[in-house]
Parts: sequence; structure tokens; C-alpha cells
Amino acid sequence: MANEEITQGLASIVEEVAGVDAEEVSVEKSFVDDLDIDSLSMVEIAVQAEDKFGVKIPDDELANLKTVGDAVDYIVKNA
Amino acid sequence: MTVNDVVITGMGATTPLGGDVASTWDGLLNGASGGRPLEEDWVDTYDLPSRIAAPLAVEPSEVLPRVRLRRMDRCEQIALIAARQAWSDAGFDLPDEQHEPVDPERLGVSIGTGIGGPNTLLEQHDLLKSQGLRKVSPLTVPMLMPNGPAAHVSIELRARAGVHSPASACASGAEGLAKALDMIRSGRADVVVAGGAEACIRPITVAGFSQSRTLSTRNDDPEGASRPFDAARDGFVMGEGSGVVVLESAEHAAARGARVYARLAGAGITSDAYHITGNHPDGLGQVNAINEAIGSAGLSTTDVEHVNAHATSTVVGDVGEAAAVRKALGDHVLLTAPKGALGHLVGGAGAVESIITVLSLYHGVIPATRNLEEPDPKVELEVVAGEPRTKRLTAAVNDSFGFGGHNVALAFTRA
Repeated sequence: MANEEITQGLASIVEEVAGVDAEEVSVEKSFVDDLDIDSLSMVEIAVQAEDKFGVKIPDDELANLKTVGDAVDYIVKNA
Repeated sequence: MTVNDVVITGMGATTPLGGDVASTWDGLLNGASGGRPLEEDWVDTYDLPSRIAAPLAVEPSEVLPRVRLRRMDRCEQIALIAARQAWSDAGFDLPDEQHEPVDPERLGVSIGTGIGGPNTLLEQHDLLKSQGLRKVSPLTVPMLMPNGPAAHVSIELRARAGVHSPASACASGAEGLAKALDMIRSGRADVVVAGGAEACIRPITVAGFSQSRTLSTRNDDPEGASRPFDAARDGFVMGEGSGVVVLESAEHAAARGARVYARLAGAGITSDAYHITGNHPDGLGQVNAINEAIGSAGLSTTDVEHVNAHATSTVVGDVGEAAAVRKALGDHVLLTAPKGALGHLVGGAGAVESIITVLSLYHGVIPATRNLEEPDPKVELEVVAGEPRTKRLTAAVNDSFGFGGHNVALAFTRA
């Protein structure tokens, strides 16, 4: 799956869970600082991403995914 | 105005009669009913004896954005909706980084509920059983906790003087106001956003109340099923809704030139210590709550010409309450029972009915008790029926009682 496709997939999850406009979700954005997503929403986003991309995102890995780009890279490597 | 005066400056509600206070009040005056047939599949699945309810007239999804809805239980949603209305009605803007209309350290919240978030509890339990841990929402606990409605309102309005969430079953909403009065009188807050909320028309609650034999089974007549004080009453109609008021020290309200609907002049809280569902047969707990409310308000029994009754349309409860009111206040009191139109809003009831009591003082009009066609002869007081009664009132009491033996009476006076 291309990076662009993963970014778009993540963006739609973020919009669904946190109500952030999908167009605002780009690789350089920080989930917490830029998109104002709290830790509880991050758990939901991770579960939906696992289902959508067929990856496992353990809690200690999730803690390292600061930006949308970090999440895209992780999914590319682990899917 | 004395130092201890506490006034109502804003009101909000979402009920089976309407999505706000104005439509609820108009519905009451026009004889509308919130009673509807329960059309959900589960009524047949479980063969429930009561197949009627009084659901919200306006769904929260018509008011709140999608993401707010998915992060909150229905009970929290309606408390927030009513609180926003009350806040705006009191003349306040929503706070932000630049602007806080009330000093957050002087702003409190006191919103009660009977059971809080059973919708979430049941849905998430189903998800856990069918799909496992991963599908359980991380918001499960904050959505089901009974302090959730009050907590959400405190966040929205930036209230830092303390958040309370009384749980006294069907008296919770009234206790919300009583606690708020305490907060202001004890000097903890200048403004308190107070009320109650309930949204639990679910198979398990309908089944549970059915098993305790408290629900009406007049299934062929949903609009006529809730009939407080009527000889043919057979139980209550389960409703959902929320009422929230802005209570404010008279000094604070005067300083900002706020419109005042009425004063909350006193509150009385007692407990029966008798039976987990039944009222004490001597009604002393109810009598004492009323006495405490008017006594602490500095009112005499003759000042109180009107009682907005708890009367849920149960056979035993309505007669007991009428006797207690008569004993506490005398023969001159005019009763009304809004549950004939609204159904029983459980933890929201005391707050919504307090709003109705306040509007009766403000407008000088007592709404009629819907479905009161043949008064029970054991009710030895006049109950307003048929048409609303125009009457300039000095003081009025709102009664609320709850499973567990909770008795709460609130004394309001005309501003």
C-alpha cells in the first residue's frame, strides 16, 4: 500500500474518531499538539488502524507514534 | 434582597414535550402528551407488560455534533444540551481562552441522575462479549459514570468551584438544586449550574420497573396512561429528559443586571429509613421535607398556595403525597402534577418540574394535570385539571421523592 493511501486511510479514521477534518491530517502533524487528539482517542484510532491495515500496534509502540508520519512509517514497515 | 438570596437566572430543558423550556411549557399549557407506544423490537422479544414510554421530543443527534455524541452517553448529552440552554438563557457566552463570563473559581455544577449511563454499560458489555476487549471503547467508564453529566457540563462551562452529582433516584434532579443552594449559601460559589438528567428507556429498566409493579400497562392509550391523582391511575410512564437551571447569588445577579425568574428560597431533605421502594405510611418524611423547605425559606404555610407534586401516577404514592402536603401546608394548596403530560423523567424529573414551578411563579399560571378526569376521592386537595389556572402566587413548593426513601422539597418565591 502506498504511503499516500495509508495517510488517507488514517485521516478518515481520525475524522471518524476525533472529528478532525480529514484534509487537516497530513504527515507532519502531531496527533496531540496539532490535531488535539487525547490519549483515549489515540487508543480508538490504533484499534481501527490495526483492523484497516492489518498491523499490530502494541501500547509501547503507540506511545512512539507522535506524528501522522510516524504512524504511516510504522504501518508501512509492519503491515 | 438579603445576603443569602439565591435566584434563578437561566433555564434549559429537553423533554418528551419539546427540545427546550419554551416548547415544554407551551406543551404543558396546551395539554400535549409525551406518551408514545414503545415500538422497539425488545418489547416483543421480552414480552414486556408495559409497552409505552415518553421519549425525548428532540433527539440529541439533532443538536450536538457527531463526535460529541460518540464520546458521551445519552444521559450526558441531554444534560449538556439543557445546561447550554440555561447558560445562554442567563445571558452568558460560552467561555474560551480570552473570555470567562463567570470567574471559574466561583462557578459550580450540581447535576444529579438516577443511574447515569446504562446505555453505555449495556452496549459496551455486549461488545466485550461479542467482539472482545479491543472493541471496548476507552471512554466506557467516563460515559457510564453517574457524575459524567455534571463533569461534562463543568468542562464546557469551566466550573472549578466543585462538581456534585447527587444520586437519589427520582429525587436526584431536585437534590441537584438543593446542593447548589448550599454551595452558594455556604460561600463556595456565586453561580451554580444545577439540575438533573436521565435517559434510560431500555429493556432492563422497563423490565425491572415492571417487576416492581410500578409502570402503567395502559398500553392502548399511551397519551392517557400517566394520570396522577386520577381514580383510574395504574402506574407511571417511563420518560427521559433533562432540566438545568442557573442559580446565582442575588448579589451576583444584580451586579450584572440579570433577569430573575424567581428565588430558590429554601430546600428540605429528609429520608424515610423505612423501605427501599415504598414510602413510609405516615408520610412524615415528606411532611418534614416540606416543613424544612418553607421554614428555611422563612415562609409560613399560608404563603405557599401551590405545590408542584411529584405524583407519578402510582396508586399508593399519589395519595400519600396529597396527604403529606395537606398535613404540612393545609387545605388551601392547589396541586398540579406535570407527569400526566411528561411521564416520569426519573433523575431529570425534579429539575424539569422545578423549572415548571418557577414558570408558574413567573407567569402566574399553573398548568393543568393531564388525564385527571375523575379525581381519586382519597386526594383531599384541589388539583388543577382541564385548563391551566391563572393565579398570582407568592411562593410554591416542588416535591420530589425517590426509591430509597429520599424526600426533597424546594421552596420557590416570586422575584
